[in-house]
Amino acid sequence: MKKNGKPVWGLLGPYTVWAFIFIVVPLGFVAYYAFTDNSFSFTFDNITRFFTATSQSDGAEVKTYLLIFWRSLKLAFVSTVICLLAGYPMAYIMSRADSRKQKILMTLIMIPMWMNFLIRTYAWMTILQDTGILNGFLARLGLGRIHIIGTESAVVIGMVYDYLPYMILPIYSVMAKMDLRLIEAARDLGCNSYGVFRRVIFPLSMPGVLSGINMVLIPSVSTFYISQKLGNGKFFLIGDAIEGQYVANNLHFAAAMAFILMLILIVMMALIKRFTNGMAYGGDTE
Amino acid sequence: MKTASRIFTAVILVFLFAPIAILVVFSFNDAKSLSVFSGFSFRWYRELMIDSSTLESVRNTLILALAATGISTVMGTAAAVGINRLRNKWIKNTINMVTDIPMTNPDIITGISLMLMFVFFGRLFGRADSLSFTTILISHVTFCLPYVILQVLPKLRQMDSSLPEAAQDLGCTPARAFFKVTIPEIMPGIITGAIMAFTMSLDDFVISYFTSGAGFQTLPVRIYNMTKKTVTPKMYALATIIFFVILTLLLISNLTDEDASEKRRTRKEQRKANKT
Repeated sequence: MKKNGKPVWGLLGPYTVWAFIFIVVPLGFVAYYAFTDNSFSFTFDNITRFFTATSQSDGAEVKTYLLIFWRSLKLAFVSTVICLLAGYPMAYIMSRADSRKQKILMTLIMIPMWMNFLIRTYAWMTILQDTGILNGFLARLGLGRIHIIGTESAVVIGMVYDYLPYMILPIYSVMAKMDLRLIEAARDLGCNSYGVFRRVIFPLSMPGVLSGINMVLIPSVSTFYISQKLGNGKFFLIGDAIEGQYVANNLHFAAAMAFILMLILIVMMALIKRFTNGMAYGGDTE
Repeated sequence: MKTASRIFTAVILVFLFAPIAILVVFSFNDAKSLSVFSGFSFRWYRELMIDSSTLESVRNTLILALAATGISTVMGTAAAVGINRLRNKWIKNTINMVTDIPMTNPDIITGISLMLMFVFFGRLFGRADSLSFTTILISHVTFCLPYVILQVLPKLRQMDSSLPEAAQDLGCTPARAFFKVTIPEIMPGIITGAIMAFTMSLDDFVISYFTSGAGFQTLPVRIYNMTKKTVTPKMYALATIIFFVILTLLLISNLTDEDASEKRRTRKEQRKANKT
């Protein structure tokens, strides 16, 4: 085919311009706001404030924002691990079911994803409250009440609930496409079920695990609603801090936190990629 | 092992559907409570029907999603065709990398970054309220575009590139060959991309929250503002309606899917029978 430059740019031009103005330039604005003050003159104050601001917590003086970032990373990490532990076996079970069942299970797992996450999170609040549905249920069984709302566990439950499908689906799609002859070959060569899993299925499922981890970890680090509702507003996370500064019209400090969050995520994603590549026997995960 | 995996599946499904079941049940609650059921009634559905600002937000959400889907599908399909024709590796990689950004970046960063830019230019032109329908539409088109491109690109790669050439040899202009041959070939990708863009736009809360002005409220933003105060079962009634709409759509699409694959199978079998 004759390929001169013109028709390509006629098609690609509008998108290229759009992507530059609305994807690349806005990220530049994050950096610009992060390093300027209200009159747009250069300053490190926003960054310094992030690392040095202190507040009182349980009678001790703590670094406000460092604590918030640390807590976000911790809760997101715990949620991701739980999602992986629950999602991986689920994906495996699905991929081994007959094709009709696979379809039904996949639809069932996708339905909650289509519902507005604000309402679902709110429903969890009514379940976990001290006078909520779970405690009513436990009391009727003669078991004691448990206090869970407003604790870090409640926030983790909310995150696992919202993001579990994002862990199951990518792992499932990799497992469903797996070449079954490889498993047969491993059996023929003397592997037992455990060996087949450890040497064949698990390494081959690594790309799905990697994208599952990314799809759970990134939104749970940056979420800003779950902790407000299930943590009773006591557990501020990065997202809440950024939103709070936005509402207070403190755009430069909000930008500084978004900037730092972006850097942390880039480092984290690089680390995860390294780690999972190693798990897949250092091979190409394509 | 069989029973173990069955129990595990059941536990996961109960966990995923417990809150949904609860909100469906309590949407029919006679009282205002969200945790004590006192009697069946349609009261909250009636109240929802007269809540004009919620109904308006539903309309806003649909208008926005349709507009964003239309723009991003056309621009994204054109972009995918262009990317597929690109020869220069360096330009291709750069464009692909930029396309990945809205998908890997957390929503809050996409939202904040666009908002900062809109506010900056709004101030530059001396406007106090720089966020509007235009800004939220731009934002939605921006995060929908990558989904369209990533659905269309693989279809283009699978397509036999000699087909449009053949059309041109037979006298089609390049444009006619594009619309008569290329577009029908990649249609499934365009449709999936458009559906994904539409659902992403309908469901988005975070980016809408940062980029919509006070004058234009989408349903998720409206829900967020509702949950800031005490929530009544009215919101559950709304969620229940949404749930059943989604369920119906999914069932229809699954059934038609099955019909299609059934037909394909019988056709294949017939062909086999004809051969022997």
